[in-house]
Amino acid sequence: MPEENGNGKNGNRVGLLERVKAGVKEDVHSLKTDMPAKAKEQIDLLKDPTKTQVYTSIFRHKHDDTPRNRALGVLSNVFLHLHPAKINRDAVRYSYTWGMGGITFYLFIVLTLTGVLLMFYYHPSKVQAFRDVLYLEHDVPFGKLLRNMHRWAAHLMVIAVWLHMFRVFLTGSYKKPREFNWNIGVLLLVFTLLLSFTGYLLPDDQLGFWAVTVGTNMARATPGLGHEGPFGKQLGMTPYNDVRFGLLGGSIVDANALLRSYIWHCIGIPIVASVLMIVHFWRVRKDGGISGPAPVMLASEVKEPRK
Amino acid sequence: MDWRQLWDIASAPDNVPIVGMIPLLAFFIYLAWKQARANDRLIGELETNPAMAKTHHRKTWPFRPGWQKEVHVWPFLLRIEFLAAIIVTIILMVWSITLYAPLEEPSNPNLTMNPAKAPWYFLGLQEMLVYFDPWIAGVVMPTLIIIGLMVIPYIDTNPLGGGYYTWKQRKFSIGTFLFGFIVLWVSMIIIGTFIRGPGWQWFWPGQTWDHNRLIYEVNRDLPDIFGITSNLAKGIFGAIVVGGYFAIGGFVLHALFRRYNPNDYRRMSLLQYSIMQFFLLTMVALPIKMLLRLMFHIKYVWITPWFNV
Repeated sequence: MPEENGNGKNGNRVGLLERVKAGVKEDVHSLKTDMPAKAKEQIDLLKDPTKTQVYTSIFRHKHDDTPRNRALGVLSNVFLHLHPAKINRDAVRYSYTWGMGGITFYLFIVLTLTGVLLMFYYHPSKVQAFRDVLYLEHDVPFGKLLRNMHRWAAHLMVIAVWLHMFRVFLTGSYKKPREFNWNIGVLLLVFTLLLSFTGYLLPDDQLGFWAVTVGTNMARATPGLGHEGPFGKQLGMTPYNDVRFGLLGGSIVDANALLRSYIWHCIGIPIVASVLMIVHFWRVRKDGGISGPAPVMLASEVKEPRK
Repeated sequence: MDWRQLWDIASAPDNVPIVGMIPLLAFFIYLAWKQARANDRLIGELETNPAMAKTHHRKTWPFRPGWQKEVHVWPFLLRIEFLAAIIVTIILMVWSITLYAPLEEPSNPNLTMNPAKAPWYFLGLQEMLVYFDPWIAGVVMPTLIIIGLMVIPYIDTNPLGGGYYTWKQRKFSIGTFLFGFIVLWVSMIIIGTFIRGPGWQWFWPGQTWDHNRLIYEVNRDLPDIFGITSNLAKGIFGAIVVGGYFAIGGFVLHALFRRYNPNDYRRMSLLQYSIMQFFLLTMVALPIKMLLRLMFHIKYVWITPWFNV
């Protein structure tokens, strides 16, 4: 606040200095008194971190054991919201469900994680591929474990998918209204096998090379589309334009085949399979959740459908 | 007995999943059978006792009126999922630490592996190559398996047995599936893994794989046995035999199906019925062709200039 008649007088300057001094004193004093109080407040707040703004911004509800919070725990979580809040008390019996669908999905996640890590060390080229696997096995920390886990998880996934299909069949879970989801499941089974098969060639060793050679040799016998298949020749198929050529990117299993199987394995099929998985899980919910264990039905109670 | 070799095959890293799958499958078949039997017993009781059928909660598990019918997913389902994930991770970890993924020599197009085997889950298809030309075994059959699986929900008109294990109410469909999955698919994988040796020849378990073994099998074609020589006659003869198989087989199937499964027969439309007939007969044709080959050394039934069956 400027003095009204202040024109270069000393007193005024002293007044300003005093005011500044007083102000600083006040600031220092407030540091001494307010900060400890704030610190205490802060420490008290930290004793219950669930009340902090950061925490409440992430978790939208409390976690005490109340029915409301149990439901919200599932419904307000993007990863868990595929589940309903409540299910039939018998539906959690794993003697009925075997848990194989969930295990399959879990193995898919494990395979994605280990697969991404493997991709850091792998070049899909004839010169590098085999050496990369050797490097991975002998020099990369935990590289051998990584590769082993990827391979065994893949085999386990094939088994889990089969057992899942087996359970779904034995419990008649493909019946109305789940026919369509069974079809998605069959496609997912095929893509699981294809994922495993395309990965087989990637180490570029004798095992993968000959397995893929045997496998793709069958493609040349495709009726109408392979050069050795029935009516293939009549339709103008040669080793250089038939369906096998398309699969391998050449007439032999070579660099292009390696690249193609790498891209199918790491990008193409996982995307398609992921989309189908989304539909599959969505339909499980939309078709009324897990099929059972349902109350048994008697033959005398069957209502004949209208024709 | 060559125990050493038997062990070598069974312990080959890529074969371990198959060895593990066999007891796993046996366990789950037992588990399903146990529950199916319990359910069937309950169904039998309810059928003979209509008063009980009106009040019973219709599951083999206990349920008291005061109990809640539904439970919270958190924690009752999530804890199972969490436990399952942990257990699978532990199994996978132990498996990955103890057993190394196979890595052979660098790929070499000039050095053929003998036997060159497909990945184990495709060995069923590779085994079929013995009995059929590649266009059937490698292309048509897999396609038919996929389509056959996909049509199942649309041709199974039996409204019973949805959501619980049972044998009594679904003998036909479960029997067919067990035949296709266990007898054909799984056992052919086992044959492909444990029995097929160098040159894809048949070696009994424990019989030493002899890379120099030659088998002088004279494979004949069915028309040869009947002394048919001209190409035209062979083609016509084969068409008659294959057509006859589907016609007579279809008729036998029809006679059996309408007698032993009258309800399903009544419910099925013509389209559903003929699709079922086609897939069932095609599936049964596989073991028939296998027997023809293994017992009578018959290679082809139907010979034409374009394809052979």
